[in-house]
Amino acid sequence: MYSASDLRKGLKVSIDGEPFIVTEFEFSKPGKGQALYRTKLRNMITGNSFERTFRSSDKFEKPDLEERTMQFLYSQGKEFHFMDTISFEQITIMEEQLEDNVKYLIDNMEVQILLFENRPIGVTIPMFVNLTVTKSEPWAKGDTSGSDTKPVTVETGYVLQVPPFIEEGDKIQIDTRTGEYLTRVKE
Amino acid sequence: MNSISGLKRRAALVQAIRQFFFDRDYLEVDTPVRLPCVAPEPYIEPVRSGNWFLQTSPELCMKRLLAAGAPRIYQISKCFRRGERGNKHLSEFTMLEWYHAGIDYMGLMNECEELLAFLAEAIGLGSLVPYNEMRISLKRPWQRLAVADAFRSYAPVSMEEALSANTFDEVLVTSIEPHLGKEEPIFLFDYPASLGALARLKKNDPGCAERFELYAAGLEIANGFSELVDPAEQRSRFMQDREKIKAQGRDPGPLPERFLEELEYMPDAAGIALGIDRLAMFLFNAETIDKVISFTPEEL
Repeated sequence: MYSASDLRKGLKVSIDGEPFIVTEFEFSKPGKGQALYRTKLRNMITGNSFERTFRSSDKFEKPDLEERTMQFLYSQGKEFHFMDTISFEQITIMEEQLEDNVKYLIDNMEVQILLFENRPIGVTIPMFVNLTVTKSEPWAKGDTSGSDTKPVTVETGYVLQVPPFIEEGDKIQIDTRTGEYLTRVKE
Repeated sequence: MNSISGLKRRAALVQAIRQFFFDRDYLEVDTPVRLPCVAPEPYIEPVRSGNWFLQTSPELCMKRLLAAGAPRIYQISKCFRRGERGNKHLSEFTMLEWYHAGIDYMGLMNECEELLAFLAEAIGLGSLVPYNEMRISLKRPWQRLAVADAFRSYAPVSMEEALSANTFDEVLVTSIEPHLGKEEPIFLFDYPASLGALARLKKNDPGCAERFELYAAGLEIANGFSELVDPAEQRSRFMQDREKIKAQGRDPGPLPERFLEELEYMPDAAGIALGIDRLAMFLFNAETIDKVISFTPEEL
């Protein structure tokens, strides 16, 4: 159980049965008056943010959150299957929940899965991933369009802009925070 | 943490405060910080020290000195309030408190104006204080705004509505305070009687306490009032506040009996508590209280 005086940036609390993270926090109190704990909270499931002010008497449950390392096994339609690397327990996450991460998932990739009351609510993938280019138009030397990048498709189906010297079969490193090409990886 | 040059500026400010009161024939006093009992305050929680308490303000001891015959006294001391920590709050902070027999809260507001103008001059600021994007003029007199009027001007609800919904402080902090003292310091005055436990009520309006707060650049700097000197009335208010404390599940501790006994000898007077850290924030254009002190609790 947390009380209002435990509130601070980054604290995770349970409100009305849902997990929230405190993203902004300010303590205010008129000298003789009541303490006010002004916060901005983000719902960890929906991602929605809102402002809320609490008082000293407010109490919060600790949310039942657990982060586990899991390996991506395979996908079947919109269902993505993962396995806990320690307990070998398998879980399924729907494509919508994976959001942009879908672009980078390949078999056997290890990811962090956040569970709320044993339900997966978030997936954190590595910041940098190495993926193989599966489709690339050959670069025409005489290209006068002035463009210094060209589009390629990687093994997950994701299409991105890369320098002209990248060819089919090359492995490239991608920054998953921006989705951008970083470098060619030597085997 | 403050830099050494910042600490020098702060020391010069404290030196100037002493000069101001010395010039006006005030006696500097130094009352004990560790006490067997404190005034029961519904929203100020003392820090325990063994079976005793660290002072939340030097008010009771200083009033006993007034009762003992000192007409003008001031003190610079450490005060402790449990759980108060934020950009403008420290659980241990430095308070300037002074009492002046024979004047009321209006006279005390004048003295506040003189003090701040004197201090700004003494530390080389002149009469225009920069704070964030603002330029605060210390030219006297400063605006005086009744609390009920402040609600009318800035708040979505009236003072009475806020009081009955128990949102007075919330509305004050969120809707009113940000507007206060942006061009010159301002006094909010005439608080509801229920919010002035140690203040005298207005003769012609007993629903109002003769209490004021000084704000500059949105910062609450000081809280003063015409002192209540009626021991029976003071006891009954303490008893009411003890009930509020008990309702929060806190132990109100023993009543300050010595203070109540001696209160009948206290002359009519006005008294004020001014946060020196807040004053330093304002005069030195510091965005957080951390920047005007030697060490924060987190740095210890």
